[in-house]
Amino acid sequence: MQFITQDVSQMSDFLQRVDWPPLLLSLKVAGIATVLASIAGIALGWLFARRRFPGCALLEAACMLPLVLPPTVIGYGLLVVLGRRSAVGGWVYAHLGYTVVFNWHGAVLASTVVALPLVLKAASAGFAGVDGTLEAAARTLRQSPFSVFARVTLPLAWPTILAGALLAFARAMGEFGATLMIAGDIPRQTQTLSLAIYDAMQDGRDGTAFFLACITSALSVAVLVLSKRFFALR
Amino acid sequence: MQCLRRFLACLSVLLVPVAACAQQLTVSAAASLTDAFKEIGARFEATHPDVTVRLNFAASGVLLQQIRMGAPVDVFVSADEETVARGIEAGVFDPATKQDFAANTLVLVVPAGQASPVKSLAGLADPAVRRIAIGKTATVPCGRYTQQALSRAKLWEALGPKFVQADSVRQVLDYVARAEADAGFVYRTEAMLMPDRVGIVQTVDGHDPVTYPVVAVGASREPALAKAFIAYLMSPPAQAILKRYGFARA
Repeated sequence: MQFITQDVSQMSDFLQRVDWPPLLLSLKVAGIATVLASIAGIALGWLFARRRFPGCALLEAACMLPLVLPPTVIGYGLLVVLGRRSAVGGWVYAHLGYTVVFNWHGAVLASTVVALPLVLKAASAGFAGVDGTLEAAARTLRQSPFSVFARVTLPLAWPTILAGALLAFARAMGEFGATLMIAGDIPRQTQTLSLAIYDAMQDGRDGTAFFLACITSALSVAVLVLSKRFFALR
Repeated sequence: MQCLRRFLACLSVLLVPVAACAQQLTVSAAASLTDAFKEIGARFEATHPDVTVRLNFAASGVLLQQIRMGAPVDVFVSADEETVARGIEAGVFDPATKQDFAANTLVLVVPAGQASPVKSLAGLADPAVRRIAIGKTATVPCGRYTQQALSRAKLWEALGPKFVQADSVRQVLDYVARAEADAGFVYRTEAMLMPDRVGIVQTVDGHDPVTYPVVAVGASREPALAKAFIAYLMSPPAQAILKRYGFARA
């Protein structure tokens, strides 16, 4: 009995010493990034599944690029485009005093970019799998194109898109390289879960690193299991 | 099974050159030594034809952590005494081999080519200064020197919200050179690498002396070679290279 109470008090001691802000920040960043990536991904997915236009293969490849590029390239690219010594970033900072660099918005941006291909691919597959005759039937019932999309196409493609969005969320939670480069590693401001693990490992705080790694792993497994369920729903 | 055997056979053929290779010396050195040590490593190889020097650069604290985790390193070079002391305490270094071979100075830098409100340490409190880059105090010696100096100047607490802690002194320099940080604390040797992108505001005092100790790793498989490299660091050719990069004598 005494052992149990000792274990419990040790555990609660440990939980109090663990830094929670990185987990909360990661959830916030990944959540917002998933919403943004989903909006863009659904629009682009529909475009690539249903329309053919000059350069569409090239544009699709460009959108899928973050899936295969090293995160360092994405971080470097974002810095080159939005950094304070760049034309765009310099102008915005001079006139609005705003920069995504060293700001948690930068982490959202990095996560959105890497998460986009996953929603896009799923949405594109989802839309391609929708039976065109159902949409044609809706049109004969004098539904507007938007109404057809919102009431027929999207509901039918939804499980696949949701599965993709969950994968995107998991990927956004795990973003590290590009986030470190653009948002920095500022405790309680831009330090996400993966950055906190990196820090803890470097400082030799193995207990914290191990605990945070377990949380990330558990969360990711849950998301992947859920995602598989939705893919099976098709 | 046949396939696996063939694969293993191929693999062993690939590994032969590694095993047959001459002596290899792995040196883990503080990030601020990157340029000087690339040159020193090449010169050491030239004087020891059978030796290959592998250089591994990062913040001193990170390098110590790698060695404590069992990284196969022969020589450790730190940018402060504290990291070496921590390693000796943990029993991973051979204390008898420790020598100080160079020294450096802490400076305050700002991005070059733009007007800066920072004319001295006190200028860092100006509201126009939004981000100040420093090394991570837990692992980067330069960050610890900065903390000592700013604490002594009674500025550490007040400036807290402006700090961006970088992984190494090299990253601090990069943050300032890209103007993402409005000011930063680096070594003079670092600032000298980018004279057109960062400007030195002043030398910063009020911290432990910046000295570079070198020490052999206890678990090294090449203890004699490690000692030879340490001796080489104290020799005139190596000291001349260090001097050229702006390091002072220890």
